[in-house]
Amino acid sequence: MSARTIGGLATMILALAACGEKPQTVDGASSRKSDEAAWAVSNAAEPAFAAAGWKSTGDKAAWEQQIRQRGQAQNDYLR
Amino acid sequence: MARMKFICDAERCIECNGCVTACKAENDVPWGVNRRRVVTLNDGVAGEKSISVACMHCSDAPCMAVCPVNCFYRTDEGVVLHDKDVCIGCGYCSYACPFGAPQFPSNGQFGLRGKMDKCTFCAGGPEVNGSEAENAKYGRNRLSEGKLPACAEMCSTKALLGGDGDVVADIFRTRVLNRGKGSEVWGWGTAYGKPTQTASTAAPVKK
Repeated sequence: MSARTIGGLATMILALAACGEKPQTVDGASSRKSDEAAWAVSNAAEPAFAAAGWKSTGDKAAWEQQIRQRGQAQNDYLR
Repeated sequence: MARMKFICDAERCIECNGCVTACKAENDVPWGVNRRRVVTLNDGVAGEKSISVACMHCSDAPCMAVCPVNCFYRTDEGVVLHDKDVCIGCGYCSYACPFGAPQFPSNGQFGLRGKMDKCTFCAGGPEVNGSEAENAKYGRNRLSEGKLPACAEMCSTKALLGGDGDVVADIFRTRVLNRGKGSEVWGWGTAYGKPTQTASTAAPVKK
């Protein structure tokens, strides 16, 4: 085999090497985990930590009502 | 429901650092990282003003815009959170944030910069709500427990208000009307945009 052929083969292999490379870019949108909604019922949550008199039922409207009501506790003109 | 917002009333803040302590304790925030802190202007001078500062969960968050790995996301309630498993600790967000919210643990021997940590509005992160993994990485998820951020709920003078934007704005408005001063809400224009002028106030008064 001539040196020219060997050289040609080596160049070809070198040129093809890039085809085997894995992408190194980080795409956060695809690798980022999706989050649960705040009102979602979670089995991992400790029930004792829930606000007094309130239990998550997975209902968005009920959760929003609870948050609004809780927010009014900061209103000292209502005390 | 409106989005979640913080308001700090400079007329009421007494620089007790209760909010800072509540945040640290509730979320097990390590030494060197302060998700919330109290800033005092003209400290020691008569008329000094203090405000409690943390991530304001901006409407158009600059941290989200500059993150090269897109680790930030916004929840349906407008809370800006991030995925620590995607964060590379580059620090771009800390340069972009007007409130100095992003924090980096620097307890390594060579001052290494770990993954970013910031206020989560006590909403945890992208792990199962209330799970140990969520608690270890992001702290407590009080929102899913039907509660509001610990800093605001613990504030003794109720200078720091947190929760539904409409509710906290109403509380603040009532307060300002009663005392007749101190209507400036520091950081609100930067975080949530300038209030739009309504037709009723914009129209000239005819005499």
